[in-house]
Amino acid sequence: MTLTHLKRAVLKLGFWLMVITLVVYATFPFYYAVVTSLKPSSEMFKVGYWIDSVDWSNYVAVLSQKAFVQSIANSVIVALSVVAIALLLGLTAAYALGRVRFKGRTRVMMLVLGVSMFPQVAVLSGLFEVIRVLDLYNSPGGLILSYTIFTLPFTVWVLTTFMRQLPDELEEAAIMDGASPWVTLTKVFMPLLWPAMATTGLLAFIAAWNEFLFALTFTLTDSERTVPVAIALISGGSQYELPWGPIMAASVIVTVPLVILVLIFQRRIVSGLTAGAVKG
Amino acid sequence: MASVQLERVSKRFGSTHVIDEVSLSIDHGEFVVFVGPSGCGKSTLLRLIAGLESISDGDLMIGDKRVNELSPQERGVGMVFQSYALYPHMSVYENMAFGLKLGKASSESVAERVKETARILQLEALLERKPKALSGGQRQRVAMGRAIAREPDILLFDEPLSNLDASLRVQMRNEIARLHGRLGSTIVYVTHDQVEAMTLADKIVVLNKGHIEQVGSPRTLYERPASKFVASFIGSPSMNFLEGTCRSTDARETRVELKALGEVVLPYGVDSNAVGSPITLGIRPEHLTPVQATGSDAFEVINVEYLGNECCVYVDSDAEQFLTCRVEADTSIARNDTVSLRIDTAQAHLFDEHGQALVRAQDSA
Amino acid sequence: MTVHETTTATAGPKKARQDARGTKVRRRRVRAAWLFLTPMLVVLALVAGWPLLRTIWFSFTDASLSQMGSANFIGVENYLVYDEGWYGLLADPLWWQSVWNTLFFTVISVGLETVLGVIVALVLNAKFRGRMVVRAAMLIPWAIPTIVSAKMWAWMLNDQFGILNHMLMGLGIISAPLAWTADADLSMWAVIIVDVWKATPFVALLVLAALQMLPSDCYEAARVDGISPVRVFFKVTLPLIAPALMVAVIFRALDALRVFDVIYVLTSNASSTMTMSIYARQQLVEFQDVGYGSAASTLLFLIIALFTIVYLYLGRRQLGGEQ
Repeated sequence: MTLTHLKRAVLKLGFWLMVITLVVYATFPFYYAVVTSLKPSSEMFKVGYWIDSVDWSNYVAVLSQKAFVQSIANSVIVALSVVAIALLLGLTAAYALGRVRFKGRTRVMMLVLGVSMFPQVAVLSGLFEVIRVLDLYNSPGGLILSYTIFTLPFTVWVLTTFMRQLPDELEEAAIMDGASPWVTLTKVFMPLLWPAMATTGLLAFIAAWNEFLFALTFTLTDSERTVPVAIALISGGSQYELPWGPIMAASVIVTVPLVILVLIFQRRIVSGLTAGAVKG
Repeated sequence: MASVQLERVSKRFGSTHVIDEVSLSIDHGEFVVFVGPSGCGKSTLLRLIAGLESISDGDLMIGDKRVNELSPQERGVGMVFQSYALYPHMSVYENMAFGLKLGKASSESVAERVKETARILQLEALLERKPKALSGGQRQRVAMGRAIAREPDILLFDEPLSNLDASLRVQMRNEIARLHGRLGSTIVYVTHDQVEAMTLADKIVVLNKGHIEQVGSPRTLYERPASKFVASFIGSPSMNFLEGTCRSTDARETRVELKALGEVVLPYGVDSNAVGSPITLGIRPEHLTPVQATGSDAFEVINVEYLGNECCVYVDSDAEQFLTCRVEADTSIARNDTVSLRIDTAQAHLFDEHGQALVRAQDSA
Repeated sequence: MTVHETTTATAGPKKARQDARGTKVRRRRVRAAWLFLTPMLVVLALVAGWPLLRTIWFSFTDASLSQMGSANFIGVENYLVYDEGWYGLLADPLWWQSVWNTLFFTVISVGLETVLGVIVALVLNAKFRGRMVVRAAMLIPWAIPTIVSAKMWAWMLNDQFGILNHMLMGLGIISAPLAWTADADLSMWAVIIVDVWKATPFVALLVLAALQMLPSDCYEAARVDGISPVRVFFKVTLPLIAPALMVAVIFRALDALRVFDVIYVLTSNASSTMTMSIYARQQLVEFQDVGYGSAASTLLFLIIALFTIVYLYLGRRQLGGEQ
């Protein structure tokens, strides 16, 4: 009796140790970034695990740089535009793929899936040319266009799974009421798909906000950069003197909104991720 | 005029015939019920009329116009769905107004039509509610309201009461009957419930495996079923069937030898070709009376169900199924009694070995 | 994804219901479907289809970044040419090293992420107080931009002032600080550490979703039979979550094969961590050699396409076996 109790207690202890390890492992790097960002530069190179004193000078240093603030604005503009475009095109495409049976539907689905597997580098030179021809080089427009390559297939795929879950009879009722496909989509389905659109939009936003390769390649000047590029390119006197305080401050600034969004919408995000991967 | 004509209408999905050359005519203002077991094609037939499915072969006429190619709205049909399919994000008013607005009616006439419809269906107090906030019966009425708001010539109902509980079902059945009287429009109604079919229909269409078994008034179907299938499908409890052989028939009477009950004489004649061949005798429970046994032809009573207004007596016969009798509620027969059975021979039906009814001589004359 | 396609294709009368040819409604719907698809198809053609074709074309030319329009066709010279010795991509030891690095990175990091992801998912699937908090914590690495996580880890892995060296020295595991990102023997492992940290939650969430859909009756049966939990995991749980796990592995592997951000930030263009994407971009943008870089891009595309086709083939066969 006592032996099984002991065994159970040990197991329970082990389990909780594991849980704590997981939480620390997952959150420590971010926590440590916060700790670092709040240190004055004089203490930067003393390793410390706790926030001893709060010093905002790193944040002041970062936010007083016009280019960094501009890059935040660029990121917001790019990410929001990408979300809007992906949702608009994704929703119409998802209606077609999710609710209408027609010849070639499977082929279109495979095509969309195929594009989502494209390595970005594989289209880099061709896309570079397209962007230059359209005169979108070094502008948010070029990034908005190029980001559809990874947001659109994903959006289409997830919205299609959600679209398929809507009952057939609802659409038939709309047909009986004389609604055209466009009216059915905008007046009947769209209001019902808001949760799905919020999820997909959020995932597309995060993907666009985090993108690096295109942003690095298709922009040239500080004023057109997005946040990831701006952070990657923060540099000091030499490679060995990186200004870690401001870098961490900038990292925290661009991450906090995302972390808050993710924590608020965690249920949605999980369902969106699994809809895109498991069911898709 | 909104009569409906189906002329050799077929529907195929790939190589399966869901509807096989069905011909049917529905008069203006008639209440027609399609009934049959699941998978018989009754819903598909309704959807063909609605325009939700395309017709593979044959002609569908509404009035004197061929409508095979027309959209539901051009056909002038309204439909009530099994799941109601109300637009969840719209209020009751918006649900009913949606089709009217799409029909480009002016906003005053939309408001007027919706109000009028709401009055007919007693939905006036609920117009601002969302479907979520309605009871099952209220949702049902909204679904009907949405279908009739555009004043279609033909109303289609696809198992509209199957999601309601029993007491509400009776109430809604009466409301539908009243609505039909009031609107006078043609109604085509699909159900698998033969009680709904019997109580609502002017004309019942019994479907089986994609073809029509019988068309007729509820009384005709009950009293003169054209086949064993119809006979067993209509009526509850189901008709009893007894195997036997036809011994002789003339203008006035028919002698049959039943395996379980011996010789029975029916007071009508049938086609003389039946003589000598195996037949099935069908008898409804109310026409089969058990009496306390006297002779050797006694059967054991398996169970007696007391239903308040009547009793069902189940009798173990030598037939593959036990026999059901309907008797007065105050019957003295109890379980394990031995009884002999009396057949009300005038009410007995005869079916040939293919399950087709043997027509009575006086009926065919 | 093959799963869904096949089920719709074989779904019974309910789906077949919609297969109505001929009515006006039906024709209008099909026309609308194509109309609705057109904008998406146009955009995808513009950002994916056409650029891919151009990339393949460039790989057979001597295009440079400044004059992409006036490129000359040079055949397979970018890939392989003999000019008193073999030259070209396929003769470049750095390319082969980047192929090797990419494969090494993919196998090790995806392997670790799978094992850790399953363990995390099993923990999160247990019922305990604060489970939602732990799940939320697991989402943080996923939400942090790759660049930011790379920078955070670069700071933690800093050879002189990094907290990781500090910890390891404090625990007595190492005696002198390690140069994680600069040491050629360690830098790939540094990259893997960061990638595993960032991507494990994704795998864990997908596996968790699969775990939560498992029927509980077979577990009860196993418990009644007194089978040890470890055996239950390998005999019951693992086979049941295998399809979801497979999808997670494929997604991760595709991401790992085209890895760029984390390496660019952590170790830049160092040869010890150079992957195919890094190699191709360096040729394309930094050396401005569009033709040569496109050849590398094309090969990367072919490798990933091959991988995808194998996966789709296996996925389909597995599905056929189930039915």
